[in-house]
Amino acid sequence: MSRLSTTLEALAKTGRKALIPFVTAGDPYPEFTVPLMHAMVVAGVDIIELGVPFSDPMADGPVIQRASERALAHKMSLRRTLLLALEFRRTNQTTPLVLMGYLNPIEAMGYEEFANAAQRAGVDGILTVDLPPEEGTQCAELLKARDIDPIFLLAPNSSVERIQKMDTVGSGYLYYVSLKGVTGAGHLDIASVQTKVAELRLHTQLPVAVGFGVKDAATAKTIAGLADGVVVGSALISKIEGNLDSPEQAKKEIIELLASMRLAMDTLGA
Amino acid sequence: MTENYTMPDARGHFGPYGGMFVAETLIPPIQELNAAYQHYLGDPDFIAELDKDLQYYVGRPSPLYHAERWSRELGGAQIYLKREDLNHTGSHKINNTVGQALLAKRMGKTRIIAETGAGQHGVATATVAARLGLECVVYMGAVDVTRQSLNVYRMKLLGATVVAVESGSKTLKDALNEALRDWVTNVDNTFYIIGTVAGPHPYPAMVRDFQAIIGRETKQQCLDATGKLPDALVACVGGGSNAIGLFYPFINDTQVAMYGVEAAGDGIETGRHSAPLSAGRPGVLHGNRTYLMADDDGEIIETHSISAGLDYPGVGPEHAWLKDTGRAHYASITDNEALEGFYALTRMEGIIPALESSHAMAYTMKLAPTLRPEQTIIVNLSGRGDKDMQTMAKREGIEL
Repeated sequence: MSRLSTTLEALAKTGRKALIPFVTAGDPYPEFTVPLMHAMVVAGVDIIELGVPFSDPMADGPVIQRASERALAHKMSLRRTLLLALEFRRTNQTTPLVLMGYLNPIEAMGYEEFANAAQRAGVDGILTVDLPPEEGTQCAELLKARDIDPIFLLAPNSSVERIQKMDTVGSGYLYYVSLKGVTGAGHLDIASVQTKVAELRLHTQLPVAVGFGVKDAATAKTIAGLADGVVVGSALISKIEGNLDSPEQAKKEIIELLASMRLAMDTLGA
Repeated sequence: MTENYTMPDARGHFGPYGGMFVAETLIPPIQELNAAYQHYLGDPDFIAELDKDLQYYVGRPSPLYHAERWSRELGGAQIYLKREDLNHTGSHKINNTVGQALLAKRMGKTRIIAETGAGQHGVATATVAARLGLECVVYMGAVDVTRQSLNVYRMKLLGATVVAVESGSKTLKDALNEALRDWVTNVDNTFYIIGTVAGPHPYPAMVRDFQAIIGRETKQQCLDATGKLPDALVACVGGGSNAIGLFYPFINDTQVAMYGVEAAGDGIETGRHSAPLSAGRPGVLHGNRTYLMADDDGEIIETHSISAGLDYPGVGPEHAWLKDTGRAHYASITDNEALEGFYALTRMEGIIPALESSHAMAYTMKLAPTLRPEQTIIVNLSGRGDKDMQTMAKREGIEL
């Protein structure tokens, strides 16, 4: 069983929900990322999503676009992101790590070489935004053969047929995009998330993580009441952007925000 | 292979190219669009309305003009120009926007978005949106907003909102990214009119089908004028919509050579160009697999061309397929060569071509002398040069 499934099952047994931060690899500079990942683990996160910078992040809002641009300015790439993953794994063999990005860097590397490299780097899941299952079975099979979970997105307008398809091809967890829009958008509708997550549950046994639009501890707590995991990205990256002259301050604010989310999520019903 | 050409397959693949590489939120609207498109393609009412608009609003058929003086001067093949520059709004772009806007109307969409490079597609979109009373937002790279300010003003006059895109390289590819972000946010009421034969399925096939009227007319006009099919077709290729529009009805006529002309910018060897078919590699961008300008890490690299309409790092997937199969040939023309083509047509025939089309003219100047006088070249004059007056005047040091 993959490290992701083990972690999510253990959480489910204790009734806790997964806190899943997303940060862009190499933002604001490459040496910042691995110490931040370790600090986030100490702050109580369960899974880390590491964004692979891409020149044309079509599904991302301005905050994550600029994070990509900062990282690319430091020559960050898929290969160097895998090196950061490897470095993280040297001292952490337990926290699952998911790479999230776009297809073209993987195409450039070659699917098989990428799958091998991801396995060597100790990566546990791959979420490729612009690779729907129709086009992605070859890549998904290569990953699954190496105990890496291909993670797929579902959206508010996904049909039952789509949900069933993701349940078949996906593993690890399903990532429910809480709104029609790009990352960091501001119009999260809790009632519709509740309805849709309930619909997903009818068609899949996979854990469901919800992201896009989670900004603070209160939202994290509400989402944790509906889903198995809460993904927070743009809100963290905003801390980096707000403290470009002081990365240590950025790290401190990220950890504080995650710690407040952890606390709120662990006092569900309180 | 091209004897009975049926590309793409049901899922939008041209061999290894094309496809549907988009985020999940866009899958439902793309499926909805594909279903509507397939339905209306076979609907006589829709086709009749489209034909009527093409005739009375766009001004079709566009003439096939024998450039006799230029042909004599070059001393080779007879050159015929397909006059898409004479269409309403000044380029071939309107053939497609009229079609997609009618589709939007039938689908009950109330809001139109588009991306644009040179502004020709933006103007053609704003035009049909004005006519149908639809809200229209056009995304345009900030760099292009500056170099094509005349078209920006035209779009605004037509009632469109023009959004200057400041991300990335601030050109056409970034405008496309931003339009996709808008679409993902407003999928319920919005129709995205893509201007070229790129994007996710069904766009490459749909835009081709709307532009194929260029080639269908050309075939008949050429037979009427010369009694035979042409020996060669020439068209510029950015995303490739005017080229595929001309080529498509000739694909099974394997005796007709087809030449797509990419923008070599400062020269292929300088790396500052927009010629993915000539010097790129296959990859995935904007919803399809095709030849791209990307580095070893798969990051898209910045392109360069004097013409904003060719300044794009990808190319329609069908062109990628036609290249690999050898059915079409792809060459490239530098900025300076394109300018020679621009001046040649202007002074030899009294027709000022768009800088995009000037690339096709420049290639024709190389090709024509290699053929015999009884042979025929048809060049797609995809747009007129009015929009480029500022760029040209500036190059000549003239303040307008």
